[in-house]
Amino acid sequence: MSRFALPLGIFVLMVGLLGYGLTLDPKKVPSPLIDKAAPEFSLPMLEVPARQLSNKDMQGQVWVLNVWASWCVSCRAEHAVITELAGKNLVAVIGLNYKDESADAIAWLEQFGNPYSVSVVDLDGRVGIDWGVYGVPETFVIGADGMIKYKHIGPVTFESLNDIIIPTLKELLG
Amino acid sequence: MRLFLSLVFLLFMSMAQAVIETYEFDSAQTEADYYTLINELRCLVCQNQNLSGSNAELAQDLRRQTYEMLTRGDSPEQVVEFMVARYGDFVLYRPQFKASTYLLWLGPFLLLAIVLYLVISRVRATSTASVVSDDAMDEAKQLLQQDPDGQ
Repeated sequence: MSRFALPLGIFVLMVGLLGYGLTLDPKKVPSPLIDKAAPEFSLPMLEVPARQLSNKDMQGQVWVLNVWASWCVSCRAEHAVITELAGKNLVAVIGLNYKDESADAIAWLEQFGNPYSVSVVDLDGRVGIDWGVYGVPETFVIGADGMIKYKHIGPVTFESLNDIIIPTLKELLG
Repeated sequence: MRLFLSLVFLLFMSMAQAVIETYEFDSAQTEADYYTLINELRCLVCQNQNLSGSNAELAQDLRRQTYEMLTRGDSPEQVVEFMVARYGDFVLYRPQFKASTYLLWLGPFLLLAIVLYLVISRVRATSTASVVSDDAMDEAKQLLQQDPDGQ
């Protein structure tokens, strides 16, 4: 009997490891930016390009950065969720309009409604690179200390909004 | 028909050229560094392609970033550091050797050592078990000494 113990043990271990592997999503790359200072930016506002918004302007408050674009299909799916988040008036939701035509972006907001306190324009995607953005939409939660507390990759669902993002925000707000 | 085929061929040829933008390099070393880097950095959008093989927007942006950093005098290590700081170890096709990747790098050797240990101990166990007892050896000797024809 004991001569089967080793192969059986290896088999069970392999099944366990492979089974665990199946539960992981290879598209979700953990961000090294969590608990690091939010990368600095100073970008023109979408509606008022003459004015700039910098992350220094947000210092001392908890806020959310949502990366979106009018060409991004899943941003449409996410739009209702971001609107729900903004409607709760917990924190400011800043939009990062990523590699988009400003005219298209403004038209998109007019068509679906504008949930953002303000959107800033990242035309060539450089700020996106600094923030480690590799797919739109992405959503960051930034604490009052200017640190990135949480990153959501892909469209935020009502489930992840209510189960993770809102509890995280409430905890940060104290 | 032949004309049509050559037109199709020309069409694809121009598409193949469109994949990689051409950059001017000030030195052969910078150019070599650039190509080494874009072959070793992963495009995070199409995860099983490197930057040089991908035409995703992000890959284009990261190629531009790599080019700009190298031409302004940054070392290839600084470019790698820049990418890892933003996208994590996953951006590297050749992960760095550090605490969190020890298992990745040393795991195969560890596994080899375990297998070797198991094989050697099993071979030893079987060979000691097959050693013949003294009585059996004596009997064998007697049999060998017997005259084959004397039976």
